[in-house]
Formats: sequence, structure tokens, C-alpha cells
Amino acid sequence: MIKVILICSLFFLTFSILATIYRLVKGPSAPDRVQALDALGINIISGVAIFSVLLRSIGFFEVILLIGILSFIGTIAFARFIERGVVIERKHSE
Amino acid sequence: MTLLHLAILFPFLFAIFIPFLYKYFRNIHTGWFVLILPIALFTYFSQFIKTTMSGKTVIETMNWIPSLGINFTAYIDGLSLLFALLITGIGSLVILYSIYYLSKEKEKLNHFYVYLLLFMGAMLGVVLSDNLIVLYTFWELTSLSSFLLIGYWYTREKSRYGAQKSMLITIFGGLAMLGGFIMLYMMTGSYSVREIITAVAEISTDGLFVPALIFILLGAFTKSAQFPFYIWLPDAMEAPTPVSAYLHSATMVKAGIYLVARLSPVFAISPEWFWLVSLFGIFTMFWGSFNAVKQTDLKAILAFSTVSQLGMIMSLLGIGAAALHIDSMNDSYFTIATLAAIFHLINHATFKGSLFMVAGIVDHETGTRDIRKLGGLMSFMPITFTISIIGAFSMAGLPPFNGFLSKEMFFTGVLRVAEMNIFNLETLGILFLIFAWVGSIFTFIYSMVLVFKTFTGKYQPEKLEKKPHEAPIGMLISPIILASLVIIFFFFPNILSLSIIDPAMQSIIPSLIGENGYFDIEISHWHGWSPELFMTIGVVIIGTIGFLSLAKWRKIYNLHPKKLTLNKAYDTSLIALDRSSSRFTKFYMTGFIRDYLIYIFAFFIIILGTTIIIKDAFSFSLKGAAPIGLYEVILAAVMAIGTITTIFAKSRLTAIIALGSVGYSLALFFVLFRAPDLALTQLIVETVSVALYLLCFYFLPELKKKDKKVSFKLTNFIIALGVGTIVTLIALSANSERASQTISAFFIENSYTLAGGKNMVNVILVDFRGFDTLFEITVLGIAALGIYSMIKLRVKEEEK
Repeated sequence: MIKVILICSLFFLTFSILATIYRLVKGPSAPDRVQALDALGINIISGVAIFSVLLRSIGFFEVILLIGILSFIGTIAFARFIERGVVIERKHSE
Repeated sequence: MTLLHLAILFPFLFAIFIPFLYKYFRNIHTGWFVLILPIALFTYFSQFIKTTMSGKTVIETMNWIPSLGINFTAYIDGLSLLFALLITGIGSLVILYSIYYLSKEKEKLNHFYVYLLLFMGAMLGVVLSDNLIVLYTFWELTSLSSFLLIGYWYTREKSRYGAQKSMLITIFGGLAMLGGFIMLYMMTGSYSVREIITAVAEISTDGLFVPALIFILLGAFTKSAQFPFYIWLPDAMEAPTPVSAYLHSATMVKAGIYLVARLSPVFAISPEWFWLVSLFGIFTMFWGSFNAVKQTDLKAILAFSTVSQLGMIMSLLGIGAAALHIDSMNDSYFTIATLAAIFHLINHATFKGSLFMVAGIVDHETGTRDIRKLGGLMSFMPITFTISIIGAFSMAGLPPFNGFLSKEMFFTGVLRVAEMNIFNLETLGILFLIFAWVGSIFTFIYSMVLVFKTFTGKYQPEKLEKKPHEAPIGMLISPIILASLVIIFFFFPNILSLSIIDPAMQSIIPSLIGENGYFDIEISHWHGWSPELFMTIGVVIIGTIGFLSLAKWRKIYNLHPKKLTLNKAYDTSLIALDRSSSRFTKFYMTGFIRDYLIYIFAFFIIILGTTIIIKDAFSFSLKGAAPIGLYEVILAAVMAIGTITTIFAKSRLTAIIALGSVGYSLALFFVLFRAPDLALTQLIVETVSVALYLLCFYFLPELKKKDKKVSFKLTNFIIALGVGTIVTLIALSANSERASQTISAFFIENSYTLAGGKNMVNVILVDFRGFDTLFEITVLGIAALGIYSMIKLRVKEEEK
């Protein structure tokens, strides 16, 4: 029973990934794409979690954490880039 | 290492000390020190005359590379002794002459004598080596030292041109000769000439026999300036005159003659050898003498005359080889050609050496060698005039000089060749006769030109740079000795015949030796009223008429268009080679990485594709394949969409993000295929590289920043498709046929018991195969340092 539910949720996740990819490809502006990427990261986190249950493995929990961090950092970096033009600001001495 | 080896190597050892002698004994002409060496060697080699006279030979072996059958084997028989004596004897005289010819103050004598000694040692090595590879080594050393000597006055452009030309041609021949030697080795299994000779009967039907023959003859013809390779010799006249006298008349150009004579016992059995050697020789003889007449430079006349005389000796050796095919008891009747070849070889060295020295003296004392400026020098230089008369008349083949004897024997040999009823000679033999006779007429004419245009006629002081006077006595000693030898050899030719010529003939045509172990040779002056004598008389009469009417028929030389000469062909082919290769390089070295990638990938496709087709290597089986799940299909589809988006993206930003999605999908694949460590790493690396791509994207220059769609190119499309197909095919084939078991079972069993870790991937990385990790860490370190230095250590604009 649980397996059926897991597979069903994987299907839905897949569809939502495809939807974000559509936005990623089509996205008229850069912020659209960045948001799509962020959503993609979260979807992947859920996918990996469901997989871990399906595979009965704890080996991928680090991956989940990592994707969370990366997705966060990546989105912030993109946001900074779009907002200010640079990701890491330098101290100007003069 | 015996005394004989030392004798060959001594010039090389001595050459080391020349610069010191030159530097520390500045007030003594360096040549005096050098002179001791060839005289000592000459004395040493003349002791062997007794040995070779009694039909014995001397063999001394020194191991060099015994595992390859290459040993420094010195071998003295009649032929090599004859050459060794020529080299050391003429060498002594030339060095004596050069002491007076080259100025102590103005010339770089250390260079000169080092090169000359190198040459002398190399030449001795050529003639005394029994091993073909050692012979080849010394052969190339003679080419090299000749190159250095021709370019002695390296500030002159003509010297450099002549040196380069002779180098290219003789090295070309030398390499062909090496090929021939190796073929001989493949047939007989030995590099030793003596052993090869004993194996002649077996190899003469071998398929490599004729190619080896042709290749070796290429070497001999280029070195000995035979048609059409003679063109380097006239240009080699830019060398100092002692060099021309030594290398380009007496010794080096005879190395090819030596090679032909030395290998006659091997190849003479084949008709190809006879035809090539004798026809090229006789034609060179005619062509050289024909061209010598039109020259106006004394040394150019002598150069063409050398070409002609070498052709004559070569043709005589060829005709001598034909004697092997005659089953006649009366051997000496046909062997006369070989006798004439050796005898003329000696004679030519004597009179040509002296003539070159005369040309040098005239040049030295008047400042020019142009016969149009010279004339009437007889009263100024009586001794030089006498020497040149002796040399030139000997060259023309007149009595009482030794050239007469060898010219008569030459005619005899040519007449005999028509009598041999082999190889259709009864009809073609007449060709030899015509070339020989006409060539001799031209020889007569240019010999007369040489003497009479220089020493008689009108004295033209206004055209000369210096007031002419007789040369210093030291300069005259060598030509006087040579000229007196010319006369001595005429009156007493038999002092040579038994001591030198007979043993040499035994080496060239060993199978024809009579029962008593000797050739029954006796050089006589008078044959009676024979056809040869009438031929000589005809040569003199027509030659005299030709010389006197020279001005009238000189025009025929203008008939020969300048465009069709061999020199022109040589120059054009060099230029064409240069141009075409640079054009070819420019054609494919475009400077665009795109083009190079096309070459690389095209070859990748062609080579792997043809291998798969030829070896019938493609196989496809699903044995052992895992079932395909739905997730894999969906993920693969996602990846494919990402890839296609990357390719067809309109803007760069889209491409970068799409590429990122491909990377993250890959991470998901790793998850799916149960590789958590890979998934972790892939995620981080992908993020970092996408960030780096964005960095690059941001810094693109404004001007060319065009967000343009990738244009479609058919070549690129085909190649990309080809590479993809090939890789897919290979991956499928490799997976279908697994050659052996995997070793992963070992790691599964032992990662905890042996290494104490449960994470197998990490245990492999740091324990079982820690070395790979070490160096990948190094790679990362290098990359980091590289990036740092590229950013920090930029050369500033003004420092460039």
C-alpha cells in the first residue's frame, strides 16, 4: 500500500518537475527561470526523500540536506546578481 | 683496438688538438703540425703493400654493437689499400700546398684543419671498413665534413649555396644507400662485405636484390657526381682550392667509385648492374666533357672534367662487371676494363690534383680564375705552365703521360664490350664506342682550353688585380711531385701493376683470378697499329680542329635552353617544394580550433568506424541487462530536454541554466543508481560550475556581445551525429561482450575486514587506490594555483 502511494507521489513530483522545466525553458525573464530552478531544487529534495524510502536506504539523506543548502545559496546568488550585478561585492579601498 | 683502428681514428683524435695548437703556437702555421699525420699514415699504410701483393688480407675487429652485428672491422685488401694510399698520399701533398695557399693571418686555420682531418679520418674509415653500417657512418661523416669545407668561407652566399646543394644531394644518396645496405642485411643476415660476397649465389634471385642494387647505386652515383646528380660538384668549387683538389677530385668523389668496385663481387652478376653502371658512366663521361668546354672559370672546367673522368672510371667498372658473364679462358682479354678503371683512378688523382693546384696558383697570383681575363702567363709562371701542360696533356690522353695509357685501355675496354655477345651488346655496343670517342674529343678540347687560354695568347694586365709572378716554391712542391708522378707512371707503369693494381683487381673481380693467383697484367706502351691508336689519333686531329675553331661553334651551347638545365630543375624543385609545403601547411593549419576539432573528430569517427566494420566488432545482446524502470525513462527524457535546450538555446543564459538542469538530472541519476557520494559531489560541482559559467557570461565584452542563435552547419552536424553514434555503438558492444569478471567482489568482501571502513567508495578512494586520489588532489591544487597566478600575475600592458 505504502509503495503505491510513494510511486503515485513520485509521479506527481515528476509532473511538477516537468512543469518547472517548462518554465525554465520558456521563462520570459531571468527571475522566472531562477524561481523555476529553486522550485526544481525543492522538487528534487522530495524526490530523493521518496526514493530513499523506496530503496530503504539512509545513504541519500545528506544529498537532501545538500540540495537544500545549494538551492538556497544558488537562489540568493542569482537574486544578488539580478539585483546588483555582482554576486560577491568587494571593498573598494579608494 | 689495434694499430689499424688507431690509424683510422687518429685523424679524429688529432683534430681535437688542432684548436689548441692554433691558439698557443700562433707564429707557426698550423698546417705544419697537421702535415706530420698524413705522412706518418702514408708510411704506415705502404707497409701493407707487401701483404696485399702476396694475395693476403688483414682483418682486425673491434666490437662496437656486437648484439646487432655492427662491429668496427677494419679490412685491408688491394682495393682498400689503394684508396688508403691515395687518401694519405694526396692528403699530405694537399696539406703542404694549403700551408702556402692559406694565409696564417687572415684565415681561420683551426676550422680548416679540423674539418680536413675529420674528412681524412672519415674517408679512411669508408675505404677500410668491412662492416656496411660502419661504412655508412663514415660515409655520412665525409658528406658532413665536405659540407663544412665547401662552406668554409661562410660569409659568401655562393659558398653556402654550394654547401647546401652538395649536402642535400649526397645525403639523399647516402640515405638511399643505407636502405640498400639494410636490404642486403635482410637477405644475408650479415653486414660484413666479405660474408655477403660469400652468399652471393643465394641472394641473386631474391626479390630485394635489384632494389638493393638500385639504392646502393643511388648512393654511389650521388657521391661520385654521376649524371644527373653531378650538379653539386661545380657548385662545390666555392671551397678553398686545396679542398677542391683533395675532396672534389682525388678522394671523396671517388668514394662512389670505391663502393661500386667494392660491391662488384656482389652485384656484378646481374645485368642491371652492368647496364646502370656502364651506361650512366659513359653518358656522364660524354656530358661532363661536353659541358666543360663552355665553362670560363678554371675550376668549373676542372669540376666538369672531374665529372667526366669519374664517369669514365664508372663505365669501365661496369664494363669490367660484364667480363664475369664471359665464359672464356682468355680472361685478361676482357678484364682489361677493370684494369683500366683502377689505373685511371690513380692517374686521375695525380693529374687532376696537380691541375687544381695550378688553378689555385693562378688564382692566388693573378686574382682571377676567369679564362677570359687570363692569357700570356707563360713567361711569368714558367714552372706552373710546365705543370699544367703535363697535367692537361695527360688528361687529354696524350703520350708521354700516364693519361695516354689509361685512355688507350679505355678504348680497348669499350671496343671489347662490343665483342661480348651478351645483353644485345653486338648492336648496342656501338653506342658505348660513340659516346667514348666523342667524349674524348671534348676532353681533348677543354684540356687545351685550360692550358692555352691561360698561359698563351695575349697578356691582359688591365684585367688583372695583381701583377702576376711565379708562385712561392712551397706552393709548387706538391704539384711538381704530382706532375712527376704523371710522367713516372707513363714510363714505368708496371711499378704500379703488380704492387697496387693487381691486388685491387683481385678484390673487384675475385672470381676471374687465374690459376696462379694473379691477373696476368702487363701495361705496355705499344700495341702496334691497333684501332685504339687510330682512335687516339682521330681524337687529336678532330680535337685540334675543334679547339682552333672553338669561337665558331661555341654557339651550340646557347641552343640548350637555360630553363631545361638540371641546375634549374634543382632550384625550381627546391622552391616548389618549399612553396607547396608551406601552402599545404597553410591550407590545413588554419589557426581555428574549430577546424582542428573537426580533424580530430573526423579521424575519430573514421578510425573507430572502420575498425568496427573491418573487425565486425559490433554486437548487441541484452544478456545481463537490468530492467528499465519508469523513473529512468522520465529522468532520461528530462536530461534529453535539457540537452536539446542547451544546443538550441537562443541566449547564453538559457544555455547555462539548461546545462545546469542536465547536471542536476545527472545527480538524480546517481541517486537512482544508488551512488550517494557521487550524487553529493555532482551537486556541489554542478552548482559551482554553473556559477563559474555565469561569471564568464557576465564578463563577456560589450562590443561583440550578440545573443545570437547558434547557426546550423552541416559539417558540424554530421560530425556530432557521427561521434555520438560511434560512442553509442562502442558502448553497446562493450557492454554486450564482457571479457572477464569484475573485481568489485573483492572490494565488497574486504573493505571492512582489510581497511576498516563501511563506505566502500571512500575506502577505495583513500585506501585501496589512494594514489589516484593523491594526484587528483594535486590536479586541483595546480588548477587553483594556475587560476590564482593567471589573475594576479598579469603582464601589464606597458610591459608587453
